[in-house]
Amino acid sequence: MTDRTLILGIGNLLWADEGFGVRCVERLAERAGFGPEVQIMDGGTQGLYLLPFLEDARNLLVFDAVDYGLPPGMMKVVENEAVPAFMGAKKMSLHQTGFQDVIATAQLKGICPDRLCLIGVQPEELEDYGGGLRPIVAAQIDPAVDRGLDKLAQWGVHPTGPGTGSPDLADVALRRDAYEGGRPSEDMAYRHGDERFVPGRRR
Amino acid sequence: MVVQTPNGFSLDTAGQRIVVDPVTRIEGHMRCEVNVDADNVIRNAVSTGTMWRGLEVILRGRDPRDAWAFTERICGVCTGTHALTSVRAVEDALGIEIPDNANSIRNMMQLNLQIHDHVVHFYHLHALDWVNPVNALRADPRATSELQQTVGPNHPMSSPGYFRDVQNRLRQFVESGQLGLFRNGYWDNPAYLLPPEADLMAVTHYLEALDLQKEIVKVHTIFGGKNPHPNWLVGGVPCPINVHSTGAVGAINMERLNQVSTILSLCDDFVRNVYIPDVIAIGGFYRNWLHGGGLSSQAVLSYGDIPEHANNFAPETLHLPRGAIINGDLSTVHEVDIRDPEQIQEFVDHSWYDYGEPGVGKHPWDGVTNAKFELGENTVGSRTNIREIDEAAKYSWIKAPRWRGHAMEVGPLARYIVGYASGHEQITDQVTGLLRTMDLPVEALFSTLGRTAARALEAQYCADLQRHFFDKLVTNIRNGDESTANVARWDPSTWPASTRGVGFTEAPRGALGHWVSIADGRIENYQCVVPTTWNGSPRDAAGNIGAFEASLLGTPMERPEEPVEILRTLHSFDPCLACSTHVMSPDGHELTTVKVR
Repeated sequence: MTDRTLILGIGNLLWADEGFGVRCVERLAERAGFGPEVQIMDGGTQGLYLLPFLEDARNLLVFDAVDYGLPPGMMKVVENEAVPAFMGAKKMSLHQTGFQDVIATAQLKGICPDRLCLIGVQPEELEDYGGGLRPIVAAQIDPAVDRGLDKLAQWGVHPTGPGTGSPDLADVALRRDAYEGGRPSEDMAYRHGDERFVPGRRR
Repeated sequence: MVVQTPNGFSLDTAGQRIVVDPVTRIEGHMRCEVNVDADNVIRNAVSTGTMWRGLEVILRGRDPRDAWAFTERICGVCTGTHALTSVRAVEDALGIEIPDNANSIRNMMQLNLQIHDHVVHFYHLHALDWVNPVNALRADPRATSELQQTVGPNHPMSSPGYFRDVQNRLRQFVESGQLGLFRNGYWDNPAYLLPPEADLMAVTHYLEALDLQKEIVKVHTIFGGKNPHPNWLVGGVPCPINVHSTGAVGAINMERLNQVSTILSLCDDFVRNVYIPDVIAIGGFYRNWLHGGGLSSQAVLSYGDIPEHANNFAPETLHLPRGAIINGDLSTVHEVDIRDPEQIQEFVDHSWYDYGEPGVGKHPWDGVTNAKFELGENTVGSRTNIREIDEAAKYSWIKAPRWRGHAMEVGPLARYIVGYASGHEQITDQVTGLLRTMDLPVEALFSTLGRTAARALEAQYCADLQRHFFDKLVTNIRNGDESTANVARWDPSTWPASTRGVGFTEAPRGALGHWVSIADGRIENYQCVVPTTWNGSPRDAAGNIGAFEASLLGTPMERPEEPVEILRTLHSFDPCLACSTHVMSPDGHELTTVKVR
């Protein structure tokens, strides 16, 4: 029997660079196809509701916008024990409280995947509701997918063919081109959040 | 200074101020400030939604047939409910009728989400307000086994060995320093009343509920094509039915229907044999802690949901009841029409929005979402670091919706009070049965515990309804009707140049409405009034306080620096601030800051 692998993009695509993880899995599914033992999923901000999908997975690869305190656009990869521990550090992913709990709960239940890898990019702009990725972050999609494919190869998980998309991605209306292209103008759509609560805010 | 609010509450800001920010284990971000008197009883409460959410404005100019996909993303939990509300609003605007099968399937998805959400809420978000996992380590597994067999005799997993295994796993987890999940607790607070064996039973069911979750999501995968974020369709549901096929990708065939049937039985078993017995057992230990009623005895609202017949939203055909109760008069259930501009209005006098003139309420069809962040002159702190908010001025990102001028509570308890007051047969039977079992008077309903119990009863009712619609779907298919979508008005060329519509559901947390205006095939205006907008509402121009605020008044706190009681009551509403505002956390490993001033 082949080991199952879950490739998860998390984040809220309505909040600018917060959508990075979701866009990465979209791109990955375009670039590479895998057998049925690999699931590529847009996890959104589902938090604990993602737990069922971790079960039975031996490998978990997560893409996310992570506040590492690094310059915007910088990529950092952390693995295994460091993933939840690192997620406990200051200002990492915006839903880390959610996803950290998912991993902790999986550990309590004894179903946590053996191998974890988090590929994160430092966001530039989050305080832009309805916005898309900033260029410096968007430019990291392909490099992040490269790193992801390398990691999968190290785990012995190889593409079986060209990308064919995944049934578990965002609806076409929310794919990057449609979402960013269909955006109402700034006059029509107020774009700013509450300055007290947004890490990595407009500088 | 003591102030009487028009809706009958007395507020006193004289005592010590306690700030809880953020309120944890909720979806989204909120802050709460209270004043306690010399006996540590809460005498004033201020609830603040602390994040902007501007879904309305980002939908402008988009295709209305896509709105569901955007609204699914506002929230991490009730995705499907927003999507359903959205497609209903667009169908209403365009005069689209859906087929019977689509109605049955949508109802099953909505009921399924209701059960899923209620179970996750109770075990994973709310239980820790009543249950002490650290105390569970002190339990005798044999005593837990005996308790299990007494309160839930039909639940097979009840041996001492089983509970011992769970206890060992929990011990390892806690001793490895990973308190993780349980890190925000106040585990030596005397507000926790359960004996260790009940704590261990509840923690065990916390884990079993996770196993149920794994199965329950498959219903959305089957009918919605995928999960999370299932697909929806204006005009019906996106899954074709083909009972004669065996291999058609995505089509609903007998094999899939059988799979759904199995999952419905699992839900029913769990709710009947675990969830409800747990609520009765845990509630029994807290039977004297009947605080937290707030608005529930005064003013409750439900839009109703789960139509028996497709496209018929008349109140008598809705399985979840519609109605409003005001001034504490349960003998009169008022009719509710959410299209009526006189009935539903949103005020922003204490919200960070601007209508251009004070004291004005706007019906959602005429809704305006212009942000205006400003603080009152009595604010302590700065714009980016508020130490004490000034509730005399604007103080929340949540608008203040009112029904005929009244602040209302919404949610499972509101639905059950409306159902009980209107003599709804199943609901009345359930409520009277529970009160008899627990030997409590009807007034006990108006409490934090009542809110929690109503949610459990509703999960049972939803499980029954789910089976009803499953049978209805299968019968209809057997009779040869395989239609799941009406696409006659899919093409925008068939639409009027200008139109508007409203969609409503009863989300797990309460009444949810989307109001849409469409012009030239595009969204012109879109307004969502979500359950937490009602419950988490700030004061209005007249000074009426909202449901969260009202629910905290009069509650004694064991230790003001440990807000167990505040969290317990706020959690009983299952707040979803991601919808009413937006979710964001400034610091991932965040401990709730509690400041006593």
